[in-house]
Amino acid sequence: MATRLPETDVVLLGVGLVGSILGRELTKAGLKVVGLERGEPRYTVPDFQGPAMHDELRYSVRKSLMVDTTKETYTFRNASSETALPIRRIQGFLPGTGLGGSAVHWNGQTWRFHDADFRMRSHANERYGREFLGLEYQFQDWGVTYADLEPYYDRFEYLLGVSGKAGNLGGKKIPGGNVLEEPRSRDYPTPPQKEPYGSALFRKAAEGLGYHPFPQPSSNLSRPYTNPEGQTLQTCMFCGYCERYGCEHFAKSSPQTVILPVLLKDRNFTLRTHCQVQRVNLDSSGKQATGVTYIDAKGQEIEQPAKLVIVGLFALNNVRMLLLSKIGEPYDPASGRGVVGRNYSYQTTSGVNVFFDEKVNINPFMRSGACGTVIADFVSDNFDHAKLGFLGGAYIGEVMSHGRPIEFHPVPPGTPAWGSEWKKAVVRSYNHTSVLNIHGSSITTRANYLDLDPTYRDAWGQPLLRMTFEFPENDVKMSAFCTDRATDIAKAMGGRQVVPSPRKRPYTTTQYQSTHNTGGTVMGEDRSTSVLNRFCQSWDVPNVFVIGASNFPQNASYNPTDTVGALAYWAADAIVKQYLKSPGPLAT
Amino acid sequence: MNEPARPSRRRFFKAAGAAGVASAVPAAASAQQHAPAHAETYLFFNPAEAAFIEAAVARLIPKDETGPGAMEAGVPAYLDRQLAGAWGTGERLYRSGPWREGTPSQGYQLPFTPQELFRNAIRALNERHGDFVKLAPQEQDKFLDSLHSSKEDLGGVPASVFFESLLEATIEGFFSDPAHGGNRDMVAWKMIGFPGAYADFYELVDQHGLAYNSAPTSLAEDGRGRIHIHPVAHTGASSSAGGGRAPAKER
Repeated sequence: MATRLPETDVVLLGVGLVGSILGRELTKAGLKVVGLERGEPRYTVPDFQGPAMHDELRYSVRKSLMVDTTKETYTFRNASSETALPIRRIQGFLPGTGLGGSAVHWNGQTWRFHDADFRMRSHANERYGREFLGLEYQFQDWGVTYADLEPYYDRFEYLLGVSGKAGNLGGKKIPGGNVLEEPRSRDYPTPPQKEPYGSALFRKAAEGLGYHPFPQPSSNLSRPYTNPEGQTLQTCMFCGYCERYGCEHFAKSSPQTVILPVLLKDRNFTLRTHCQVQRVNLDSSGKQATGVTYIDAKGQEIEQPAKLVIVGLFALNNVRMLLLSKIGEPYDPASGRGVVGRNYSYQTTSGVNVFFDEKVNINPFMRSGACGTVIADFVSDNFDHAKLGFLGGAYIGEVMSHGRPIEFHPVPPGTPAWGSEWKKAVVRSYNHTSVLNIHGSSITTRANYLDLDPTYRDAWGQPLLRMTFEFPENDVKMSAFCTDRATDIAKAMGGRQVVPSPRKRPYTTTQYQSTHNTGGTVMGEDRSTSVLNRFCQSWDVPNVFVIGASNFPQNASYNPTDTVGALAYWAADAIVKQYLKSPGPLAT
Repeated sequence: MNEPARPSRRRFFKAAGAAGVASAVPAAASAQQHAPAHAETYLFFNPAEAAFIEAAVARLIPKDETGPGAMEAGVPAYLDRQLAGAWGTGERLYRSGPWREGTPSQGYQLPFTPQELFRNAIRALNERHGDFVKLAPQEQDKFLDSLHSSKEDLGGVPASVFFESLLEATIEGFFSDPAHGGNRDMVAWKMIGFPGAYADFYELVDQHGLAYNSAPTSLAEDGRGRIHIHPVAHTGASSSAGGGRAPAKER
């Protein structure tokens, strides 16, 4: 028998990036907010402090900040003809757990999407015609445009203190910044980070080929910064322990450094950790949420009634929560009907290794999570696809983030996997290798989707989420093309050997590629192809809002966090300015 | 190739060219210094298992002209501690059935914890190939090579899975912080020029091409002294105790 608590105005599922922002905006609006977090409370001091934080084995290999997969994981298969099996050790992507969520262990790459990304279907139809790609591709419009989101991108970036250089200020192009970006209303809050050696070699090579290199926008800060919440961040030290780690220096923007100290002091906010939410509860009509049921640390079932429910979990878990709660019709790939779990996509990444002579010291360990130099010439629709036969693209850059040797010990092809020859090649290559990253888009198809697994369950007895995914043909072509362009740049960097690795099938869960799992609770203007309206509100249960990369109808070339943050402020604004005045559907 | 900006830093960094990072440590000499003086006290491995592990890791990462190998770095001690502890018993390993053979994309699908996997496989290997530890190094290499691609069933563990697990863990032990028992005296880090837990490169990151020869830092060096104490003092500026830290950053 569940213990029933007094009703609150708002309950947050997850207190990560989205939960922190919504908690702040809604407590400011005078609402009482309860934040439910499945993991631990954790703070820069003492939890992220050195030297203990700089333990590659503990954090990168054993993944101490990530979801505990003894209790819950995902099942996976490449195609619906296979039997999905549990991912018994999580490797391919890394959902975090605990206060601050995955925004604690992210790298800080902070990118705005293009208008052509938000209007992908309309834009492609206009430029290339309706028949350009086959019917199996389900890419679509978001229901919002870049212009809609620009003020919210701006607000989020000033919360984080992002370090970068504008290339397009209100339409005015600025050399040295990203001249191909959409117009921004003002420059970045802080100037770009310093440029490491390999990135400088990339810049010269890319310029020589006529491209437009610029510093990657980074939420590892180039100098101290105090944000509008009164939180002060410090200068990044280039320690080389960023992604998969918490930042000891207060230099990486995370909920802990940018907003939680203010939120946690607010008397209208209550944080409860170690709370495993089981479902959002609905009333007998199925059209109104009444709150949530969770299991606390002692194993007791608790019901938390609430007027408004904000689902801000890791993208995959947002999808699972709606399926467990029976909110929205589950997607069926056979009939093409249903929406929850539809349009799962990912990130199509690849790399090019440049092996230099031993006199070139790359010093890969002097890096930050998001430092480096990139080009956007092959991003999104910044180039003509008419003769290429695919849509989407990638940014190409020298954006190495570390030289931690368990993970990073490159050797040239043909080197044995072990023994003296391997060891010599590791010693020979370690400090003399630069890696280019090709970070590409992911299109949605009829066959890639998410649903509940029929067999495997979590420690609380609930079905795991089942992932069915293979790289679409479109993205394999895109990766081949963009990796070729990166190889051209790599060859101009002065190395003695260049080794490209374009993305190939099959997708495997055994190799880390990206934690940018997107889609499944897609937003849009047509409820037959979306779970949420353009304000991130459930079409079916209007007092439920869902915010995360699960809202993306397909994934763009760039990293998702800036867009997730912008959507959080966009949805918060709609709730405060529209929903609270007249609770009900914000779109029809 | 840049010289450091201030004279006070000259003793920490030297220009590249004459000597690369790899040669900063007198490798062969270090290898001899770090050979274990006495047998390890193992918490998990029994003597037969320990004999197999010691012989195998000595071939996977051998001592050679580039420097100490896995044996000299203490990798068997690392493996023993990992297997005896949380990882060995299935930390972060989803262990609910049903158990089925999966595709390579689906990853590890055996029902064994690392403890069970290592114990089952080594027991079978020692029963069937007990002479492995006595073979000449070249013969040991041939045997390990054959394991790498073998489907032989070792107590339920495919030989190739055991080999991959052993190799992966050996590399982890070689390159992880000495606090975990391997990489003794940071020999592997010195060999490749990795600075370890050291955290501050703000002033150095834009000194492009700098030959960074400063001694690495372990988690154990937070004012409580070094975790590994060796009777023979190092020679050479790059490994002088405490002298290799980069200067504190000025803001």
